[in-house]
Amino acid sequence: MKINIIRISVFIFLIFFIIIMFVGLTKNNNYNTKNLVGNEISEFQLISLNNNETFFENNDLINSQFTLINFFASWCSPCRLEHKYLIKLKEENKKIKIVGINFKDKKNNALSFLKELGNPYEFIAKDSDGSVSVLFGVYGIPESILINNEQKIIKKFIGPINQSHYRELVQIIN
Amino acid sequence: MLSNFGISSLLLTLTLSLMIIYYSFLDLKISNQTIRKKIYKLSLFQITLTILSLITLIVAYINSDFSLTNVYENSHTAKPLFYKISGAWGNHEGSLLLWITILVLFSFLFLIYNSNHEKQYRLYTLIFQNFLIVGFLFFLLLTSNPFNSLFPIPTEGLGLNPILQDPALAIHPPLLYVGFVGCSIYFSAAMASLVSRYEGKLFAKSIKTWVRISWCFQTLGIIVGSIWAYYELGWGGFWFWDPVENASLLPWFAISALMHSVIVLEKRDTLYSWVILLCLLTFTLSVMGTFLVRSGILNSVHTFASDPTRGTYILSFLSLMIFSSLIIFYKNYKKKFVQINLQSKEFYILVNNWFMVFFLFTVFIGIIYPIFLDVITQAKISVGPPFYNIIIIPLVVPFLFLMAIGPQSKWIKHRYTNLYKFLLLFLVSIVMNFLIYFIFGSYSLLSNLIFISSIFLIIHSAIDTYQLVKKKVKFEYPRIISHLGFGLLVFFIGINHHYSIEKDFNLKLGESKKFDKYEIYFEALNMKQHNNYKAIVGSFKLINIKNNSIDFLNPEIRIYSNPETLTYEASIETKLTKDIYLTMSNITRSEYYNIKFQDKPFMIWIWISALIIVLGGSSRILGNKKNEN
Repeated sequence: MKINIIRISVFIFLIFFIIIMFVGLTKNNNYNTKNLVGNEISEFQLISLNNNETFFENNDLINSQFTLINFFASWCSPCRLEHKYLIKLKEENKKIKIVGINFKDKKNNALSFLKELGNPYEFIAKDSDGSVSVLFGVYGIPESILINNEQKIIKKFIGPINQSHYRELVQIIN
Repeated sequence: MLSNFGISSLLLTLTLSLMIIYYSFLDLKISNQTIRKKIYKLSLFQITLTILSLITLIVAYINSDFSLTNVYENSHTAKPLFYKISGAWGNHEGSLLLWITILVLFSFLFLIYNSNHEKQYRLYTLIFQNFLIVGFLFFLLLTSNPFNSLFPIPTEGLGLNPILQDPALAIHPPLLYVGFVGCSIYFSAAMASLVSRYEGKLFAKSIKTWVRISWCFQTLGIIVGSIWAYYELGWGGFWFWDPVENASLLPWFAISALMHSVIVLEKRDTLYSWVILLCLLTFTLSVMGTFLVRSGILNSVHTFASDPTRGTYILSFLSLMIFSSLIIFYKNYKKKFVQINLQSKEFYILVNNWFMVFFLFTVFIGIIYPIFLDVITQAKISVGPPFYNIIIIPLVVPFLFLMAIGPQSKWIKHRYTNLYKFLLLFLVSIVMNFLIYFIFGSYSLLSNLIFISSIFLIIHSAIDTYQLVKKKVKFEYPRIISHLGFGLLVFFIGINHHYSIEKDFNLKLGESKKFDKYEIYFEALNMKQHNNYKAIVGSFKLINIKNNSIDFLNPEIRIYSNPETLTYEASIETKLTKDIYLTMSNITRSEYYNIKFQDKPFMIWIWISALIIVLGGSSRILGNKKNEN
């Protein structure tokens, strides 16, 4: 029988394609980052929203017993709902620092958002194209990640922080 | 009770499908030209039972029969009747039942309406189609049975996601499904054609109408989905290059290519293998789209509760489909030398197919690449609008020009004698482009080209229409209508994209704000109680300073009770020349509201031009019916 290279390559490509899809299925946790809890956070470097010279890195986590990384944007209405809990968290708890990552947003809008609702953040990082958030495994905002000073992820909050999340947070901290 | 009834009618359908396959194989050996009555009867019985099981599910939804898990999870007694009914296909299990109903329906219709074609070919089509039906029935029964029962019976259901409670979304899935699942019939027909060697013109004649029907429904389904996104999601856009939207575009590109090349096969008896490949590809891509959406491998607004076992089943079935069809294709493939003149209608249609295939690949890569990258390197990326805009938009320019010139050429050999007309129209388009430029303001070089080419297509189509009316050639109308629609669509999208005004600010009750040519007053705030939600309604007065016109807008914040969800309803004032789009959202611990204002010129014309495209397609189907009678 004559070997037809085109046919063979079509079949090889299709088999490869289907294998990839099967593998993709088995790791269905694609965007589900809940299983990151208990793991150490990977290396990161955040650039400040205000200027390009100030950074926040893994080493900065040591300064406080707990750090809450919160992903927010001015266009995100649930972010408005959770904001009062972030302010409360900052005012009533000394052991925690809050770092904000401004997801796919314009700087001016973000600043007026904070001016209007108050600023709970120790550090605000920019993420205008969403790439930083992807590194943290965030697929939608608001989302918050609680990390301790050993760089371990303690908990993830997907969706806006509410009263019961707040209580849970305070319990973990104290 | 309903649960037992539904399951038994599904099992009976399964048995009937297997019987149809068995009897069709028997009938193949008999050499007369008529198909046995028995097969007709079985098919009629099969379609009756399938529709009955779909009705059973709808009845369960209307009666809020929470003994069915599916109804409990997706419905609620307080829901309006209309959304109870549409709720039946607003979830994975129900929509799959709808999918099967359409598979069976097309199988039945194809059997009845194609009686003038060869028996072997019809029987093989029936056999392949019933293999598909059996495959999907197993999928339904094994992994996603809508009739699974629940005990003890809950008194109240969990409710339907409020953003899905929308008239456009109630008809979006059925339209899209008729479009996608309708492709199955020429997938089966293509396989049958290969096996029974029923080729060429006759094959093209037998599938032509089915291709057009499913093309119309697909196009309409995509438009309705886009209208829903515009009115309901509250982002002010109509196409987001979301992976799931893209998955619905893939079969659309394939079917648009097929719709054109099938004409070449019918008239010139060439491109047979290519038409077959497109037939196979269209349905394969439809199933792949379903796989991508339902398996949870992609994440987007369309994701149903995902379940890996479903993904595994569809993917296995998909691989079976792909490999068996390819093996049958290669086994029967005959190399044919195709001679096509560079200046002929068939060449232009071939060029159309190249463009379609290019668009298809671009979108395909945009969907698949992030999945590949994630599996192989664990890196997560998202492919967004910039990728598609950069790659697709420049190619739309030559595409539009060819769309204008191509249909004018003759079969076999043509000389473009009207170079003078071409240059004149080109000049007119350039002049009109600069008129737009002066009226509205500046924009990029690429947009200029888009405007020129779309205006060219629009004028060209208009002149064609004029000439045809004079010559009284009716046959060309559908084509011109569709092409004109496409030209208008690109043109209005261009205008809309470049001249939208967007403004984002905070206001409190009684305040006003001035910007651009507008002044807006926040006049009142009311609370309204509805059947299944509460609404906070804002009253705004918008004054256009330029022409002193006044609009009243009432955006809402809705609080749905089951399940408790907040949605922001945009207030949209649609006019012929523009849409005014206003959403408001509350700001916690403050009396201010965040207002998003958008002025989107010629928005309604985007929908109208898209509908014109469908109108062209559907008038061809109806026109053909008349000719045949």
